[in-house]
Amino acid sequence: MGNKTDIELFKQKASQIRKDILTMLQEAGSGHTGGSLSLVEILISLYCYKLKHDPKNPDWSKRDRLILSKGHGCPALYAILADCGYFPKNELSTLRKYGSRLQGHPEKGISGVEASTGSLGQGLSIAIGMALSGRLDNRDNKVYCIMGDGETNEGQIWEAAMTAAHYKLDNLIGIIDHNKLQIDGPVKEVKNLEPYKEKWVAFGWKVTECDGHDFNSLIKALDWAYEVKDYPAMIIAHTVKGKGVSFMENDNKWHGVAPVKDELEKAFKELGEK
Amino acid sequence: MKSTRGGFGDALLEIGKLDEKVVVLSADLTESVRAGAFKASFPDRFFSFGVSEQDMISAAAGFALEGKIPFACTFGVFASGRPWDQIRISVAYMNLNVNIVGTHAGITVGPDGATHQALEEITLMRVLPNMTVIVPCDYYEAYKATKAAVNYPGPVYLRLTRNNVPFITNEDDEYKIGEAAVLKEGDDLTIIACGQMTSICLEAADILKQESISVRVINLHTVKPLDRNKILEAALETKAILTVEEHQVFGGMGSSIAEFVCENNPVPMKLMGIRDRFGRSGESDVLLEAFGLTSEHVVKEAKMLLEKKS
Repeated sequence: MGNKTDIELFKQKASQIRKDILTMLQEAGSGHTGGSLSLVEILISLYCYKLKHDPKNPDWSKRDRLILSKGHGCPALYAILADCGYFPKNELSTLRKYGSRLQGHPEKGISGVEASTGSLGQGLSIAIGMALSGRLDNRDNKVYCIMGDGETNEGQIWEAAMTAAHYKLDNLIGIIDHNKLQIDGPVKEVKNLEPYKEKWVAFGWKVTECDGHDFNSLIKALDWAYEVKDYPAMIIAHTVKGKGVSFMENDNKWHGVAPVKDELEKAFKELGEK
Repeated sequence: MKSTRGGFGDALLEIGKLDEKVVVLSADLTESVRAGAFKASFPDRFFSFGVSEQDMISAAAGFALEGKIPFACTFGVFASGRPWDQIRISVAYMNLNVNIVGTHAGITVGPDGATHQALEEITLMRVLPNMTVIVPCDYYEAYKATKAAVNYPGPVYLRLTRNNVPFITNEDDEYKIGEAAVLKEGDDLTIIACGQMTSICLEAADILKQESISVRVINLHTVKPLDRNKILEAALETKAILTVEEHQVFGGMGSSIAEFVCENNPVPMKLMGIRDRFGRSGESDVLLEAFGLTSEHVVKEAKMLLEKKS
């Protein structure tokens, strides 16, 4: 995997997933646009390259687990799960509507969703429980946990960071969607995280950074994390909030706002009408 | 006399032997919560989280998602309030078989004072959908409740106390989560209690009997789900209900009974417990007297309630 043809296909998929996300959000009339768009390449690298999983057998015990701790990014997760075949793609249009399985934040029970998340900071601890269970059962799999950068303001993340290092959880891989914006504004202004990589290193993790929109960079980071032994591994993926749509990029106004019809049309033009 | 936390600890060791899926998570209070024997016997299934209760609770959810049966243990104050949102989202929302064990409940914790006297857990836990809340009255009941929690669906909160309390149930009494026990039959009034208040209420019933007042005593070991039948019978047959708990009355066991009674068959009620104040340092017996939770106080309140009966 990771050859030129795959990368081209992944890029095409990224455009498609972005269009799915924007369409879902426009139909829902609300939701988290910016932080869904920043996740797209990360999720494609996982679901189409690195994860051991089987959409036809979502409860397969040896599958890799993925927890989307930044639950508000779920439009991206739903879009990729539907693309993989976990549930029919036409269900995406039910997002956030009464009677839909696709709740505003992910809910355990949707095929492919490992845990309910949305109250920030809890996913890494859930992943630790899964990773410790996997070790007890001698299971050869990985547990991935995707967090937001703003999410790591939560104290529980750092409790979990210590626990994962204490137990030398090399079957646990963290990924931070580091898009540098949170609701109130730039992460740096809301509560500065720097020195960020050094924090994770100090907490006992092996850490790498990558371009979270470049498939080669992501694949290299995921392959590296897979091989880390005796330490939990963290990938800080540098991303752009609202990535792919010029008028949404790097603008925290798009954190929790859905596009209206004409904004959707403008976005589609930028993403290619294929 | 033995403590309810002791009953839990002994049962934990037993279920550790019976079921390999049982894992124990602890937040630096392993001996205090009586999980030390389990730790010594099953070190691979014991997980220390340090003083990180939020992390511990969400991790317990992770274990449960993988089919393990976690018991997450610490003092009641740190098992309920501190990680409440983690219990709400990681545990209750997903309806996982996570057992949360909060020891050192109530003012009888004593000299440690208000910070360590958990008086709000029943309120905090029973408001969560899917949650079961159990407050055992003695060692045997704590032992049986722990064993019953293992395969009971959904999350369970077990409220336990530090101090030794009299045995009021027998080793071979049947125990079922959700089925309250009528410890004494009576017609004039019903006293419903949970935890160590149960033995105090039995004493009060004996005193009242000497004055020809016939009291029914119900041990409501499961505060949620309520045993609606036994409470409705009590309301219909004795027409007055006194509730006694070592817990805030606002939102606690008495409140849950009052909610049900007032919707179904209103009768005069009195709710005894801690009334909108924090605990204080002191020895257990001194505190029970200071907070009005002795058999003498129960007798007094029972008589006042009887006067309100039409």
